[in-house]
Amino acid sequence: MTMVTMNDALEGSHRKGRKFGRDLAGLAVILGLAVVGYLLFPNNLALLTRMTAIALLVLSLDLVTGYCGVATLGHAALFGSGAYAAGIAAVHFGLTDPLLMLGCGILGGALAGLVCGLVILRAHGLPQLVLSIALIHLFHEFANKASSWTGGSDGLAGIAPDPLLGYFEFDLWGRTAYVFGIVLLAGVFTLLRRIVRSPFGMLCRGIKEDPIRIRAMGASPKLALMKMYAISGAVAGTGGALNAISTQVVGLDSLSFTLSAESLVMLVLGGTGSLFGALTGTIVFMFFEDIVSAANPFHWLTMVGVLLVAVVLFAPKGLYGTVVGLAMRWREARR
Amino acid sequence: MSAIFEVQNLKRAFGGLTVTNDVSLAMAAGDRVALIGPNGAGKTTFVNLVTGNLTPDSGDVLIGGESVTRTNAIGRVRRGLVRSFQVTRLFQEMTPAEHVALAVLQRDGRAGRMFGHFLTMPEVMAEVIELLGKLGLRELMHRRVSEIAYGQQRLLEIAVALALKPKVLLLDEPAAGVPQSDTGLIEKALADLPADLAVLMIEHDMDLVFRFAKRVIVLAAGTIIFDGSPSEVTKDPRVREAYLGSYANASHAA
Repeated sequence: MTMVTMNDALEGSHRKGRKFGRDLAGLAVILGLAVVGYLLFPNNLALLTRMTAIALLVLSLDLVTGYCGVATLGHAALFGSGAYAAGIAAVHFGLTDPLLMLGCGILGGALAGLVCGLVILRAHGLPQLVLSIALIHLFHEFANKASSWTGGSDGLAGIAPDPLLGYFEFDLWGRTAYVFGIVLLAGVFTLLRRIVRSPFGMLCRGIKEDPIRIRAMGASPKLALMKMYAISGAVAGTGGALNAISTQVVGLDSLSFTLSAESLVMLVLGGTGSLFGALTGTIVFMFFEDIVSAANPFHWLTMVGVLLVAVVLFAPKGLYGTVVGLAMRWREARR
Repeated sequence: MSAIFEVQNLKRAFGGLTVTNDVSLAMAAGDRVALIGPNGAGKTTFVNLVTGNLTPDSGDVLIGGESVTRTNAIGRVRRGLVRSFQVTRLFQEMTPAEHVALAVLQRDGRAGRMFGHFLTMPEVMAEVIELLGKLGLRELMHRRVSEIAYGQQRLLEIAVALALKPKVLLLDEPAAGVPQSDTGLIEKALADLPADLAVLMIEHDMDLVFRFAKRVIVLAAGTIIFDGSPSEVTKDPRVREAYLGSYANASHAA
């Protein structure tokens, strides 16, 4: 398991000023892309908002898979739990303030993260993967059966969020939702950059490489991973809540194996172990999906498959990771 | 001086085979002890029993007079029993500075901190630089471990252990796999270990054992057959027999 953590390979030892600069650059890229997206696709903000929500899911997956080396194909459980928590809060408890719904989503996601962590972290490798698949099916079935709460296969409809901060209506064009989403993504991204660089982030990278070594240092890998799972759940729950607020409906697909697998595909596409990689993968995959499925509705999945095979074979570090690798080689050559 | 590290009547069997049979030893602060023994003598099992990776069938392990027999491996590290590994276990993608910083932060209970970066923590960096400097790794502190030589990785292994400020250090073949040209570095590092640290070294390289240890313990077939000074160990008939078989003492008859 030596997937390169691109951020750190690039940053390595370098000074804090540079890192702060990269934080700002990352933020600028997110906001810049958001503006470009808004200008290019003013009639398709719903897609862009969904992309933002999924980006949060992929970032969350990156925390446990990319940074901690946990194999999971059930990460949508955290996303869906956040979505249902926000939706149920609005529909059944009348908590229609979007920030309260967001809070419920974060809490729901974090709780689901703890539950999934407790189960998944008991195993390693293939058994771990199988446990994660079993979990996502259990979550899915549970949501399906508890239809009085979740609406079952019809979905949980009738979510009507109040204006954001009592002022910004969630309009028909999805502008408010889009801006809300981008602000959330930018905030989460900045926070996660800090966390992955912190001593805790370093501890997690150590666990990914050699948990026995970490134990010999007197630290408990299990405890750290559980913490990371809770954080990851909070992030995925943020994405789920955003999805519930923006689409005003929560469907069983948000708790599906398909979404879990797709998010892993996006992460691998962009590059694991890097927050920028997670974002790149999400954007490329979802645009590709949108464009190709419009051009060829029958074979678009085949083309996504071809893209993925190409990336895994020729750019095993993912799109972002490969670009960073090339840039580093270029810089070393110039030295 | 009272014992900082003590093993009392340690026993462990796998199936019908007793691998550690009634082993007792005590060490004081500053002791330099080498544990040697032929292959299959039970050294690895002994290390695992002491570090808490295996539970003994009976007997006790004490650190600073306190029993840790029921404490798990992580708890024993926190009480000051630190080991190094026979085959380096380092994080290939991380730098020596990160290794030592992580150990320092963990020792101080700050490895769970979710903000800040160790490069910006002056007290952590001071310790990192001092420790790596002492072991001659200062220049390499920001290189990735996968890029540095094996001998230097062995030194880093020692640095990580020292960063945890142990009371008892268990060195599992610190010179294993190190090319001859670099063993001098390891020896120097061993000679420079903190004076108040109790060190138990498991080692095959007899030259290193004789230069390092003030006391040698020989383990054979799960029991201690010799515990004394290096100068006497080669003369002891039981040790000779354990290493060379019955030929050792019968050879003069031939």
